[in-house]
Amino acid sequence: MSTDALTRRTVLAAGVAAAMIGASGLLVPARARGLAPTSSMRGGSNNYLPGAPIVERIGGGGFWMSGTVRRADDGVPIEGQRIQIWAHTTEGRERDPHSHGATLTDATGTFRLEMPQIVPTFGQPHGHLAYDGGDFETVFLRPVMRSAEETSLRADFVLRPV
Amino acid sequence: MNEPGRRRIPQLVIWAALLVAIVAPIAATAFSPQLAWRDPIYIGSGFAGVIAMALLLLQPLLAGGYLPDLSVPQRRRAHRWIGTGLVAAVVLHVGGLWITSPPDVLDALLFRAPTFFSAWGVVAMWAVFGAALLALLLRRLGWRWWAWRLAHTSLAAIIVVGSVVHALLIEGTMETITKVLLCALVLAVTAKVLIDLRVWTTQTRRKTKA
Repeated sequence: MSTDALTRRTVLAAGVAAAMIGASGLLVPARARGLAPTSSMRGGSNNYLPGAPIVERIGGGGFWMSGTVRRADDGVPIEGQRIQIWAHTTEGRERDPHSHGATLTDATGTFRLEMPQIVPTFGQPHGHLAYDGGDFETVFLRPVMRSAEETSLRADFVLRPV
Repeated sequence: MNEPGRRRIPQLVIWAALLVAIVAPIAATAFSPQLAWRDPIYIGSGFAGVIAMALLLLQPLLAGGYLPDLSVPQRRRAHRWIGTGLVAAVVLHVGGLWITSPPDVLDALLFRAPTFFSAWGVVAMWAVFGAALLALLLRRLGWRWWAWRLAHTSLAAIIVVGSVVHALLIEGTMETITKVLLCALVLAVTAKVLIDLRVWTTQTRRKTKA
């Protein structure tokens, strides 16, 4: 068996292997990409009301919405970003203004806002969050609770500078 | 089923079971804790969906002639009325949801909703409209009977599968046990009638025309 010749079989095998590596995404371009930005979720912006006020808590509370805001690529936490939150809860529908509120991230990029218990609407217990400040690209999230019994929900933002 | 000797009691049992199968899911929905957090239009559109699912059980039963004491013209007329009711219930269901949250319904209708079940519901909705339209145009179309029946029953199969998947995946006001039982019944009866009528053949058994 020859070991040095470039046979058709080795060329084919190498070609197929190279194609598989490329297609599988194992070959990442050598750019220092780091943390990818979060994309908006389907239906995330439904019943969005721009300019929800910053509040201590939405309604009577009892349920916690929390998460983090970081910058794309380097993952640095971003302080002072306004996150708007709304959902169908025990105290109101998604589109009711009193179901909406906003909060700011702290120095660790964390936000946490108390709100009424989220209840299922349109077939799923879910919340809505929006970042639409001017410094980064707008992102709308729509996290779904694993169970309607849960009393907290989390959503993390990785924002791309404008 | 129709031997004179063993008629009365089985018939009563069939009608009673049917009544339970239809009323139980609707009644159980009325006890959903989620109703407390919804406004009347949203509640109404949820009930319209549950009622449509319950009415869906009657259609294959009527088409297959499985309900006792009904003559062929009677069950044909009933099948048409229930079909009309189904169209109305679907329109009320979608219309009520539209009033409740237009962007969510728009997403569903355009197949871009994040919820997997809404696409199944929308497909079933169009199949309901299609099956009803075929029924309305039965004479005007002038198709061969077997072709019309194959088209109508194909749409019926899409309606049933679409509605069942739609209902099972939703976390809503419908109570889980009655929902699963109703869905299983609708699937089973529909499968039975499609097989009994041999809808894929070009032959017609006059007895079982619906």
